[in-house]
Amino acid sequence: MTTATMTSAQLIYFSSVSNNTHRFVEKLQLPDGETARLPLRTAEETLQATEPYVLVVPSYGADGGSGSVPKQVIKFLNVESNRRLLRGVIGAGNTNFQESYCIAGDIIAAKCGVPHLYRFELMGTEHDVSTVRQGLEEFWKQQSSLSAV
Amino acid sequence: MTTSAEAPSSSTLLDHVEAINWNRLQDEKDGEVWNRLVNNFWLPEKVPVSNDIPSWGTLTEEEKVLTMRVFTGLTLLDTIQGTVGAVALIPHSLTQHEEAVLTNIAFMESVHAKSYSSIFSTLCSTKEIDDAFRWSKENPNLQRKAQIVMDYYHGDDGLKKRVASTILESFLFYSGFYLPMHWSSRAKLTNTADVIRLIIRDEAVHGYYIGYKYQRALEQETEARREELKAYTFDLLFELYENEVQYTHDLYDGVGLAEDVKKFLHYNANKALMNLGYEAMFPSEVTNVNPAILSALSPNADENHDFFSGSGSSYVIGKAVETEDEDWDF
Repeated sequence: MTTATMTSAQLIYFSSVSNNTHRFVEKLQLPDGETARLPLRTAEETLQATEPYVLVVPSYGADGGSGSVPKQVIKFLNVESNRRLLRGVIGAGNTNFQESYCIAGDIIAAKCGVPHLYRFELMGTEHDVSTVRQGLEEFWKQQSSLSAV
Repeated sequence: MTTSAEAPSSSTLLDHVEAINWNRLQDEKDGEVWNRLVNNFWLPEKVPVSNDIPSWGTLTEEEKVLTMRVFTGLTLLDTIQGTVGAVALIPHSLTQHEEAVLTNIAFMESVHAKSYSSIFSTLCSTKEIDDAFRWSKENPNLQRKAQIVMDYYHGDDGLKKRVASTILESFLFYSGFYLPMHWSSRAKLTNTADVIRLIIRDEAVHGYYIGYKYQRALEQETEARREELKAYTFDLLFELYENEVQYTHDLYDGVGLAEDVKKFLHYNANKALMNLGYEAMFPSEVTNVNPAILSALSPNADENHDFFSGSGSSYVIGKAVETEDEDWDF
């Protein structure tokens, strides 16, 4: 019996071997332990979140049907407690995919009733990085004041 | 299968081929991209371009000529990519499956090239078509961009070919793609725009894949060579960018759209660089694409869809809705 790897990271993400999303997350320069990458292969044990977190998920041009959400992310969200701790989604993609731009983020946000906080393309520009860094900071402040009520 | 810098003959055709085994992938990206490309397959005959005939009639003579010139320019790039660009990358492939994906890319580029002819035959007279093709042969900036890229495709350096190819797929097309998005944002030539959107979707996968393979090949190179290739990439992009600005003025000055097109160029140049694993070069002040163009391309790409930066229309306050395990399927 294996136990899932626990993580208290506030930002959990999937990135394929192309590493685009991984590079974006690195550029955010969050403290160690505040980011966690989902395993590349579905055969591997997925992560188990222990604190509220935001999920970063890329889309690769699927049309919204099956295959739109990476299966590694599905496996992670199939864990009920992971869904319960999800507070928001950030989508990565390419506007060339048109209405499917960041479709995985849309699907997850709708299914889990959380906001799709931001969308960026490929590995993100400087503007994306600063907007997300600042946006996340304020988002977590808001979240903690909400939960304090 | 491996890069060979020896005799020209070995860089134009593979010397040795083995039966391809798709049950043993060395790079999962090959299988993923193959599937994506196959699922995206389309033919221009499926799009009812003839519905655009009344709309075509509302364009001025100048707008019609502009549209046809833009499309012959795009035809030239697709022809190059289909018959030379994608094929030239095959001997440099890192895996056999990459070779197979490149044959798919080559064929699809030929479909793209043909789809412009199918638009022409629906909307224009034979004489107009011939005139537009003649223009494409004679326009110095169009010929120059073709020549720059073709020169690299004929070289021996597989990495430089990949850079040129990614820049073509992710940057050089966009001075042309701008126009059908512009018409579409004004509810003109909307079926034609649908054809172009299918092409735009394919080019995104091509640029992503070739750029990804460039980065994989780069991992095997020395630090000095990586520096050389990075400098080469920015030099080539800049050379092509300057030419592209001239080309944009040639085409769009008459209708007063050149400055708007240039923003679209900057925006896409950044994406070409990112596909190659490099940081975006143009600052956000010059990549602020006209929202009408962006939304003709991607309806949910505007800032209103972002909680962090816009009006927060997508914001849902409160706690996550409990989801039952049973309905958690995609």
